[in-house]
This record gives sequence, structure tokens and C-alpha cells, in this order.
Amino acid sequence: MIRIEVSRRRQHSQFFAIASPFIALAITIVVGAIMFALLGKPPLAALYAYFIEPVTELWSVHELLVKAAPLILIAVGLSVCYLSNNWNIGAEGQFVMGAVAGSILPVLFPQITGPLVLPAMLVMGMIGGAAFATIPALLKARFNTNEILSSLMLVYVAQLFLDWLVRGPWRNPEGFNFPETRTFHADAILPEIWSASGRAHYGFLFALIAAAVIWFVLSKTIHGFEIRVLGESPRAGRFAGFSARRMIFAAFLLSGALAGLAGISEVSGAIGRLTPSISPGYGFTAIIVAFLGRLNPIGIVIAGLFLALSYLGGEAAQISLGISDKVAAVFQGLLLFAVLASDTLIRYKIAIVRTGALTNGGAR
Amino acid sequence: MSPDMAQAILLTIATAATPLLIAALGELVVERSGVLNLGVEGMMIMGAVTGFAVAQLTGSPWLGVLAAVIVGALFSLLFGVLALSLAANQVATGLSLTLLGLGVSGMIGENFIGLPGVKLEAISIPVLSDLPFVGKVLFNQDPVFYLSLLLAVGIWWFIFRSRAGLTLRAVGDNHASAHALGINVLKVRYLAVMFGGACAGLAGAHLSLVYTPQWTEDMTAGRGWIALALVVFASWLPFRVIIGAYLFGAVTIAQFHAQALGIAIPSQFLSALPYLATIIVLVLISANRRMTMRNTPASLGKPFVPDR
Amino acid sequence: MTVSASHAQDQGKGLPLLEVSGFSKSFGPLKANDGVDLVIRRGEIHALLGENGAGKSTFVKMLFGSLQPDAGSMHFDGKAVRPSSPSEARKLGLGMVFQHFSLFDSLTVAENIALSLDGSFALSDIAAEASRLGAAYGLHLNPEALVGDLSVGERQRVEIVRCLLQKPSLIILDEPTSVLTPQEAERLFETLETLKSEGKSILYISHRLDEVRRMCDKATILRHGRVVGACDPRRETAASLAAMMVGAEVAGVRRTPSPADSEQPVVFSVEGLSQAPLGPFSMPLRDIRMSLRAGEVLGIAGVAGNGQSELFEALSGEQTQGNADIITIRGKPAGHLGPNGRRKLGAAFAPEERIGHAAVSTLSLSENVLLARHASDASAYLSGGVFGIVRTGALGRALARIVSAMDVRKSGADPDASTLSGGNLQKLILGREFDRQPTVFVVNQPTWGVDAGAAARIRQTLVDATAAGAAALVISQDLDELFEISDRIAVMHDGEMSAPLDAATVTREHLGLLMGGAEPEKHHGVAAS
Repeated sequence: MIRIEVSRRRQHSQFFAIASPFIALAITIVVGAIMFALLGKPPLAALYAYFIEPVTELWSVHELLVKAAPLILIAVGLSVCYLSNNWNIGAEGQFVMGAVAGSILPVLFPQITGPLVLPAMLVMGMIGGAAFATIPALLKARFNTNEILSSLMLVYVAQLFLDWLVRGPWRNPEGFNFPETRTFHADAILPEIWSASGRAHYGFLFALIAAAVIWFVLSKTIHGFEIRVLGESPRAGRFAGFSARRMIFAAFLLSGALAGLAGISEVSGAIGRLTPSISPGYGFTAIIVAFLGRLNPIGIVIAGLFLALSYLGGEAAQISLGISDKVAAVFQGLLLFAVLASDTLIRYKIAIVRTGALTNGGAR
Repeated sequence: MSPDMAQAILLTIATAATPLLIAALGELVVERSGVLNLGVEGMMIMGAVTGFAVAQLTGSPWLGVLAAVIVGALFSLLFGVLALSLAANQVATGLSLTLLGLGVSGMIGENFIGLPGVKLEAISIPVLSDLPFVGKVLFNQDPVFYLSLLLAVGIWWFIFRSRAGLTLRAVGDNHASAHALGINVLKVRYLAVMFGGACAGLAGAHLSLVYTPQWTEDMTAGRGWIALALVVFASWLPFRVIIGAYLFGAVTIAQFHAQALGIAIPSQFLSALPYLATIIVLVLISANRRMTMRNTPASLGKPFVPDR
Repeated sequence: MTVSASHAQDQGKGLPLLEVSGFSKSFGPLKANDGVDLVIRRGEIHALLGENGAGKSTFVKMLFGSLQPDAGSMHFDGKAVRPSSPSEARKLGLGMVFQHFSLFDSLTVAENIALSLDGSFALSDIAAEASRLGAAYGLHLNPEALVGDLSVGERQRVEIVRCLLQKPSLIILDEPTSVLTPQEAERLFETLETLKSEGKSILYISHRLDEVRRMCDKATILRHGRVVGACDPRRETAASLAAMMVGAEVAGVRRTPSPADSEQPVVFSVEGLSQAPLGPFSMPLRDIRMSLRAGEVLGIAGVAGNGQSELFEALSGEQTQGNADIITIRGKPAGHLGPNGRRKLGAAFAPEERIGHAAVSTLSLSENVLLARHASDASAYLSGGVFGIVRTGALGRALARIVSAMDVRKSGADPDASTLSGGNLQKLILGREFDRQPTVFVVNQPTWGVDAGAAARIRQTLVDATAAGAAALVISQDLDELFEISDRIAVMHDGEMSAPLDAATVTREHLGLLMGGAEPEKHHGVAAS
């Protein structure tokens, strides 16, 4: 019999705190290579297609930033939630509702134009996401309702709501019955950062700013301290005079607002109109980004870029090697598993021991 | 409403409720051992794709069901190794099991999209199925339906009447005490987690072999999550899971019958009903804080690392 | 040295039942047990003495199969054995009554008992047998009751009956009286005498020397994981036993008892504090009243679970009161204030649980200082207004000050709180409050699980602070401690608090009766004014 024995470290390991995401990456790549081999594809070529090819050309680096922007924005907000022990897994829904709320102006009032339209849209997007996130927060604070389940259920509600809008009241009257809204006018489009070379829009800049601000708050201020204390031990947090209830709202509102900002940025920067499927699961992939970045905003920027790579890599591998684009989702799931497993090393020592063969007391 | 129509509605409710019931019963056992596995959705969809694929390839729906149960249990082992042996955060690990399950099932199922399914046929129980009205609903159903009810009774008996069930409750109540008494906490929890995985796999197979005998991506559509909510709704009591599952079964099929009855509500709103109902039910149950605190397994979600 | 065998009836009485030689166990660099030898004879009550952290628990866990020794051997009943699990140990004939009971709150008494019995029994048989045994030994129980609803004394009865049902020949009791009233302890001693007269052996683990001298035939003393002495405790004095345990004389607290001085201002008062239970197994508080003058120590005695932690949270502001006037600090109403509002008025708090309430194990020591002082000392440790930027330099200096004032032993400059021993962490938790020089201290179990040296230092610092004009409210289960430092002592029972009694005149017996819920002359007792 082989058994895994874990024992608590008294002092957390600085080394593994930094190394664990890399260990996770290594595990994922090895497992991925084995998986490609089993699928009958050349592992090295497949890995190249996934992780190298997308960054060999400038336009595709732009695409990378387009994909990374919502992931980072959402994940930064989620890091505050998870650090404070608020399990918001409904960011996908908040993303959608942010996109919907932000689109009210260009869809319903296309006659309103001017330089103020875009800022108003972004603010409305943030309000929409935050408002939607208030529902699970309120239910948790007021009724002690499990926020994991309520926030997740609201994802389906948001998606169905969007589906109804674009097929019903918001459908483009000149759109040949396609389920989509009218295309946003020029003042409602989030500009590209450097349009000469590719599509990357200001959403990525928002993501970097959000990451920098939250990093500062978390690591340098009493508010970050409050978040961590309440997450580690609610009772000690109460003793310190912090309010877990207020933190529920703060964490959900912040992450909802950032998810909403990601939603409206995606719609107004990358898509240009509302359609039934505006997200390839950014809200869920961002959960992986948050953990891979070890809930640290700087780590999250790197992790967000990396997971954006897996989206692009999925497309690249499908074109060059005929590998299903579903493999990207498998990769993402594997990565989260690996990062959770290697995070164990930070607080625990792990030993693999043989039992039963040597001791006679093994029989029970 | 004619008796025939009422009967048809009851039949569809039972079919919609069965996978919820099975998955929730499995998770109930898991949570009774003090483990929160949020990967039900992932294990369920793995069961659905496995069941469909094996039935399609072998032509035997029974083999499909068997394979789904085995795959569900094996898939839950991934969660077990991380959350039990490595003491990883159970919430995050369960989520990752769901994400991985959705990904892997999408990859496997790609080759089966659009293929005709193999339906697990109903078994008609002689004499009883001829009873007026209830005969068809209760005694002319698919085998998994019968199994789901047997499972509810069996799990009730196991938890409250058997010695092993007592051990399960003890581990869920206080793992440190259980360890001090010499109970192998991790072994109990591994077995519970695998049982939960097997149930979720079976529930998935019911979806792809009975409910809608075909494969579509993400076909579980949040049922695994609803099953998790049902366990809370039922206060960890098996018979209340039956009530909850049938209530949700009824809500789920309401959309089809509402359209048939000509009620002019957009279909998306009706589709959102089960999810909204889940939230409402959770609120109603959890607002009674005293009761939920008393029934919740006290060590739910807490990792156990024995002193060495 | 010889065991008194005068009333021996069994043939085997006086022969060794358990022989342990050279038990060793290390946790990393720490040698928890280092070559421990021990012999227990039949019909003997054998004391295992030692301070917290001396290695008693580790030794017992190895006996009982929950831990495996790194080296050493064990003979039971003449045979070499090495139990690899508690159930194996039970099969050999070892029974264990745990200090922190290994019971299950949500299960019934009968179910709790059934869990430790091997093989299958009908629950009804277990209930009947438990009632029979309980009656025989004076341990009355209701088998249908939920354990979560039982008092601490009743829980111990469940543990003992559960142990007796296995018909053990050696019973291990780990600190059995630490949670009992003196009267309950008396009843326990009678039960133990009965068991001894039946020829059973008992390993009695305690740090209460009076009990050991009274009850035990033999004592083995552990210090830093080693056996430092074996003796007949009846021939020793409490002082000589204590010296062996600690390795040096422990200084008692130096204080000049000050007769209650009505000239001093009232700095803390509670007027009619009542509170409903907060959860399924929580106690209510019923009309609590007290007032503390500057310079005095009020001790609150009581058996664990009679509302002490609820009282602490109500006083600290973790639970606020509807009416602000219920609690006043330095004359200002504070009932509506949270912990930080009360701290700002000059109060300081130290809860019972160090990890997870007073401190967070995964945070560094300086962050744990910030935990209690970010609001009361905001100008010192925060800058940037609403941004609240933490001034790590100032915080580091505060930590250094506290560490040197309280002699906190740590490894590294600013390690995680989890690296500190219980005593050192407690010194830090109290030190971060002393460092602010508050007017009122509210402390719950200040020396629980702390080694004698650290405990003495903590008590001395508390007494010194009151001598300098502060007031202290000390909630403790340790009557010796309360007698040592208090001016007045009140007793909590079932969520009610008795009127405070003069510590110089009240007897242990009187307090014991109050702790057990008897009402000798409640509310109009010998109240000191």
C-alpha cells in the first residue's frame, strides 16, 4: 500500500509560495503531452501550437490581450472575494448583466452620441454587474444563503435574460431576424490601443489599472488586511472590529463591478453589439486565473495572459493539427487541479510512504 | 385537465426528478461524512457522456449505465486525492472538478453529437402497472426510476439504522473525535466521495439514456448544482430529498406544459424558473438559521489532517 | 516504593500490568518523548505529572495507538504489544477518557457509546447496559439525550461509561478534573476508588498536585519529554512535586492585597446584561451585573460552558447590546459600541482561544499586533487617511517592544503566529494590550494550557498593571489562579453570575457549590463592597 501523508508546516514555505504555479504548469504540460500522445497527435507540435505559436506574430499578441483583458478584470475582483471567504462563482452572470446594462445607451438610444456616451456606458456596465452581484451578497448577509449556489444559479438567469433580450425586445429591426442587437455606433465603441497593429482595446488597460490598484490595497493598506483576516478567521476578524457582513457586500460589489466592466468592454471593444453568446466562459475561466495567480493581482495578470493563450492555442491547434478546440477547456480544468495540488505544498509537507509491507500492525 | 394529461404530466415530472434525486442522494452521503464536493455537475456530465458513448458503441444501454457509474466514481477520486489526501480547499477543488468534467465531456462527446441515442426502455411491472391512474406513473417506468426510490430508502436505512451509517455521521460531526476513537476518517470519506461520484454518474446516464436519449454539450444544464441545493433544502434527510427533487422536477417541466397550455410567457423566463426556484428555496431554508445550524454536519467542508 | 497491597484480593494484584521502556517520539526537531519508562501495577492508581508541553499527551497517545513511537517497547499483561490504532489498544484492555472529550454533539449518548464498541450491538442493548453501569458507579445518564445538550460534567460521565463498557483493565484519564467543580471531582474520586478496589489500574494524568497526593499510589514525573522522577506522591509535599515538574521553584505572584477602596473611581460597570442564546449549543446570559474600581481584580469562576465565552463576547463588543448604558467604560456608555469603540475608551480584551479568535495563525506576529490595535492606535500604525496605509516600521517597533517586555520566544524576525508555542503566543496576545496601558482588562482563561513559567509571568503582569491603577476582570476555570490574583471572586453558572465575594474570606467549598448551581445565599452572599 502506498499512502500520501501530509503534515502541517508551522511556518508557510516562501519557496513553494512562489514555485507552486510553476509546478502546476509543469504538471499540466506533462499531462497534456501524454493526452496528445494518446489522441495520436505529436505532443511537441501540439504544445508548440498551444503555447508558442499564438505569440509569434504581433496581431495575435493583440488577440491575446483582447482575451486576457476580461479574464484579468474578473479575476482581480474574484481574488478579493476568495481572500475574504466569499465564494462568488457567478462572475459569468455579472459579466453578462454588465454588458446588458452598458448596452442600454447604444441599443435603445442610438440617437444619443458624443464623447460622453462611452464613459457613461462603462459606468452603467459596472453598476449593472455590481447590482447583479448584490443579489447573492444580500441573500448571504441577510438570510445566510449559500452564495456559491445562489451566484451560480444567477448565471443561468442572466444568460437566459440576455437570450430573451436579443431575440425579443432588443433585436435589431434591420437584422434579418438574426438574434443580435443593432451594431454600436462609433461613439459607443471602446477604441483600440494601437490600431495600426491589431485589435487590442482599452479593456486591457483597465485590467492593468484594476490589478495595480487592488494589489496596492491588498498588500499595503488596512483594508487589505481586513480582507485577509476575515477570510482566514471570521471570529478573529470580529474581534478586530471588522464586519464580515460589510465585507460580503464590499467583495461582491467590487467583483461584480469589475466583471460588469469586463462585460461592457468586451461588447463595446471586441464585438460591437450584443449577441446571445458574448462570453466563451470568461467568468469561469477567471476562477482558474485567480487561483493560478495565487489570488495576487500581479500573479493574476500573468495567469490571465497565460490562460488567454490557451484560448488562442485551442484555435491554433485546431487549424494546424486538427485537435478539437474542446481540449482547451480540458487544459484549463487540469491546470486548476494542478495548482490546487501544488498549493498544498505551501502549508503542508507531503510524504509518500509505503505501509503494510513492513509493519505487522497494518492489518485492521 | 383530463386524467390522461395529468398522468402524462406526472410521468414527465418523475422522469425529470429522477436524475436530481439520485445525484442529490449521493451528495447527501458525501456531505454527511463532512465533505462538500461541488463537482456534482462535472461528475454528472461525465456520467452522461460515458453512458451515451458506451451505449452507442455497444448497443447496450445497460452497459452504458454501468460504465457511467464506474466513471463517475473514478472521476470523484480526483477530488478525493486533492481535497482529502492533500487537504486542498474543498470549494475550489469541487469547482475544478466541474470545470474539468465539462471540458473532458465536451472533448469525448464531440464524436457523438447528432447520433441517435439508445434509450433505456421502461420496465412494466405486471399487474401493478395496470392499476388505474397510478399504475403507469409508478409501475411502468425506466429501471433507474425504481432504483432511485430504492436508493432513497436504502440510504435512509444506512444512515440511521446501520452501524456503518453511525460511523459516517460521527465522521461528519467531529473528525478529530472520530480519529481519536480509531475511526479511519479518510477511508470513510473516500468511500463516501466515491459513492457520491457513482450516484452522479448514474444520474448523468439517466439524462442521456432516458430523459433525452442523445448527447448535447453541457446537457446537464446546472442540474448538478440544483442537486447540491436540494441537499441543503432537505436538511440532509433522505426522504426530504424526494420531496425536493419532485418539486424541482415539476418546475423543470412546467415550461413545456405551459407552452402546451398556450400561456404566453417568453420561453426564456420559463427556463429560468428552476434556477430562480432554487434560490428561493435556499433562502427559505437558510433563513431558519437555528434549524440549519443544527442539521448541518459540523465538520462540513473542513479538511482533516491528523497529527503525526 | 512498595505498593500498598493490604487490601489486595485478586491474585495478580501488585504485579506489573503495563511496562513501557524507552518510548521516544520526535516532531521535527522537537523531542516530545525521549526514552520514557513507566511501570503500572494491577490495582494501582498511577499519576503522570508534568507541565503543559512536557510530553504527557504524546506519551498517552502512543499507549493508546493514536501515535506510533519512534523507538521503545511496551508490555501489557506480560506480552509485548504495539497497538497501531485505538481499536487495537481497546482490544488489549486499555480504556481512555480524553481531556478534550472525543464526543459527537449531534449524536445521542447511546450512539456515542456504540461508536467505541467493536462488533455490532443493538442500540437498545447499549442503552440498557450504559444505564446499568452508570447506576453501579454513580454516573447517571439519559441514553437518548443529545450529547451537544449535556453539561461538561455529564459529558465526562459519558466518556467514563463508554470506557467502562469495554471492560478495560487499565483506564487512562487525561486531566479529568480540570473541567469539574470540586464537588463533581469528589464524586469522580469515589468512582475511581471503586474501580481500584475491583483490581483495575488507572493512569491519572494531572497537574493538580493536591489530587495526586491524595489519590495516587505512585507518580512518574515528565519534564521536556524525559522522566525526571518517580515517587510515592503521598510522601511528597506539593512544593517538592512542583519543583520536580518545573525543574525550579516557581515564584508565586507578588502582590500587596489592597482592601477594596471605595475612593477609587468605577472604571467598568455592567448593569443588567441579558442575551438570548446565539446558536444551538450556546448559553444565554441572564441579568449580569458588576462594577470594577481602578486597582482591583475581579475573578469569575465557573465550569466551562456556563456562559463565560458568551459573557466575554458581550463585554468585548463582539456582541453589542441594544441599550448603550448597560456597559460603561470610564463612565461613558459603551453597550452600543463594537470592540474598537470599547478599546478606544480604554478597554483591552484577551479571549480564551488564542488561534482563530485572539490571533490568526497564518498571519505574522506584527500583523497580529495590528489585529487588535489598528483602530485604537490608528495614528501610530496607519497613514494616508481613508487609504489606511499600514506603517510597517512603526508596527515592527511595537512588536520588538512587546517581545522584550513579555519575553516572547520566537524564531526569526517576524514569523507566522503558528510557529509560537501556546505560552509565547499568549504572552504576545496579552503583551499587545499591556503595551497600550489600558484602564480595563477583560481576559478569559489567561493561562489555560500555558507552561508554569509563562503563567507566572502573565499573572504578575496583570497584577502589576492593576497596582498601577488599571482594573482587571479575569475569567478562569482555575480556582488556584483566581485565589492568587483576585480581590473579589464571582461565579458563573447557567448564564447567571453570582454576587462577587471577598477572595480573602470565601472558601473553595462555597465557590464549588455556586459552580455546581447550588444557591447557598445567592445575591445576598458575603458581597464585598
